[in-house]
Amino acid sequence: MSTTVNSSYSIKRRLSLQLVGSAAILATILFILVLNFARQVSVQSQDNILTASATSILDSTSIRSGEVSVDIPYSALSMLGNVSEDRVFYRISAAGVFLTGYSDLPDSKTQGAEQQNAELDRSFITAQYKGESIRMVSATRQLSVLGEPIDITVSVAQTRNGQSEILAQISSTALILGLGFFIISAALAVFAVQSSVRPLHRLAVSVSRRGPKDLRPVQSPVPAEMIPLVISLNSFIARLKTSLARSEDFIAEAAHRVRTPLATVRVQAEVVLRQVEKHQNRIALKEMIRTIDESSRAAGQLLDHAMVTFRTDHLERKSFELADLVLDLAERMRPVAGMRDIEIAVLTCDHSQILGDPILIQSAVQNILDNAIKYSPPDQTISINVQSQNGSISVQISDRGPGFTNNDSARLTERFVRGDNAADTVGSGLGLTIAKEVAKAHGGDLILNNRQQGGGACVSIYFPS
Amino acid sequence: MRFLLVEDNQNLAMAVVNRLSLDGHVVDHAPNITTAENYTSTTAFDLILLDIMLPDGDGRSFLKEHRKQQNNTPVIVLTARSEISDRVGMLDLGADDYITKPFDFGELEARCRAVLRRRAGNGTNAKNIGNLIFDPLAGTLTVGQKTVTLRNKELRLLEVLFGAPEMIFSKPKLVDRLFSYDEDVSENAIEVYVARLRKHLDGSTVHITTVRGLGYRLSLP
Repeated sequence: MSTTVNSSYSIKRRLSLQLVGSAAILATILFILVLNFARQVSVQSQDNILTASATSILDSTSIRSGEVSVDIPYSALSMLGNVSEDRVFYRISAAGVFLTGYSDLPDSKTQGAEQQNAELDRSFITAQYKGESIRMVSATRQLSVLGEPIDITVSVAQTRNGQSEILAQISSTALILGLGFFIISAALAVFAVQSSVRPLHRLAVSVSRRGPKDLRPVQSPVPAEMIPLVISLNSFIARLKTSLARSEDFIAEAAHRVRTPLATVRVQAEVVLRQVEKHQNRIALKEMIRTIDESSRAAGQLLDHAMVTFRTDHLERKSFELADLVLDLAERMRPVAGMRDIEIAVLTCDHSQILGDPILIQSAVQNILDNAIKYSPPDQTISINVQSQNGSISVQISDRGPGFTNNDSARLTERFVRGDNAADTVGSGLGLTIAKEVAKAHGGDLILNNRQQGGGACVSIYFPS
Repeated sequence: MRFLLVEDNQNLAMAVVNRLSLDGHVVDHAPNITTAENYTSTTAFDLILLDIMLPDGDGRSFLKEHRKQQNNTPVIVLTARSEISDRVGMLDLGADDYITKPFDFGELEARCRAVLRRRAGNGTNAKNIGNLIFDPLAGTLTVGQKTVTLRNKELRLLEVLFGAPEMIFSKPKLVDRLFSYDEDVSENAIEVYVARLRKHLDGSTVHITTVRGLGYRLSLP
């Protein structure tokens, strides 16, 4: 049985996506924060050293005999070398006039300093110089030359290769940190989602694993959130159980109510027939008996068909030997066949096991055999072959009756359709329908043929072995 | 033969009793399980016909109890239930066979015969007349040293004639006894079987005599 259910979304997928998405956002934020912080720290520390260097150069400027004299202390530049291998540039100017160093270093004032410290009169800029990115600090001090104040400006710059190397290192560490954070929280999220969805899955499995007749309420413990679901499921099961029991009772009761009076009428008609001499009365009585047979057969097959439909919807499979079933059935049908001197011969008997519902398969084979007996002329043999080939096992039942017309083969397995050659025989037109439905439910097929030699019908029912 | 019929429907029971009596059988009727158990504990039956839905319980519980007490009388279940699972269950509980209501008496007879043949050894029911031995259960006829197995229709014709020797049976009556009602058979078909039986009886002291215009009868020596 396959049913389609409208699925609006998957809780599992939705929850996983949400949790993994949040983990990704958090990991990105973490990455950006760490990177920014590292960048700030490294810029800050470079700035501090540059400032210290500039300040120490500025400290060493003095006025000697009316001239500005600069004695660059060794430590001022070596402290920069300690930090990294980066190149260092400097420029010293007095009152805007270049004194010493690299004259083409960008001017800290005109280039627009990014960070002014008014008190100490320092400015920091990041600029391009000789094709490289540099960080430069400029510090200014006022000296008095001959009673006139002069601004001494010292600019110290350093390339930023070392810094960007450190930054690259830190950013790759931050990336690993973020990724690790993401992976761990995603894994935790998936685990959490699965463990919270697992009870649902377990419930589904325990319900779907049940046999077709298992209609007990669900009793295994479930999480509190699922209790309303299980309560309504249980009440649904209870309702289904009552309604199934009611319809089974109804079928049994209906059969009993219909068949017992029919049986009474039939037996009484037979008794009367034995005592009646008049030809017309005898014909009427026989007609009556035939009609009773027809209606009871139709009622029986309708009920059987209902049963077959019910059972094929909830197929209960079990492993058994098909040949055993066929031999039992042949034995049971022999007295009926014997009434018309018809032999039932089981010619080949393959002892393979098949997987299926024995009650359904018995019903199918019995219907085919019933037909064979009904349509076979007296004093003939019905032959049965149980064979297995190409992964399927078949029961082939052949009679010497009128067989099928070309017209028959396709439509005989439809409900209430009877063969062109069936006019004189009691029947309901459901026998082969039942056989076909049982075969199809087991993944097999029913094939109607005429015998090659000697005429008669040959009906084969196939099941996968 | 002696039958026990366990059936709660009075009309059906009476009809079956009448019908079986016509064939010369003795039938006791029990309308419920209690009466049936009283019968089986005091009388030996050849066969029990058992209905399933009974007023004081389920025929299946009677069947179980019956087999538990080592009672070997064959049981044929008369069922009105249609579920196949139900019918299969009967056989598991120890029923010898089942037949669905409404049933054809021909089929009931055939099933009784098959059950009795399975149960009893051959020869126990044989009738012995002069140099002729007729065993209806085994379906054999022995004349002198020669034994033939009778075909079903021959057997039933001989049984009918043996049931009431010297009585005249008309052709239509014989057709009723031999053929089921959905077979369209001409009365002349009887002549074929009479001819075959006469051939088998050749050499014995028993004859089938034609009574012109009336039918046939079995003449004993």
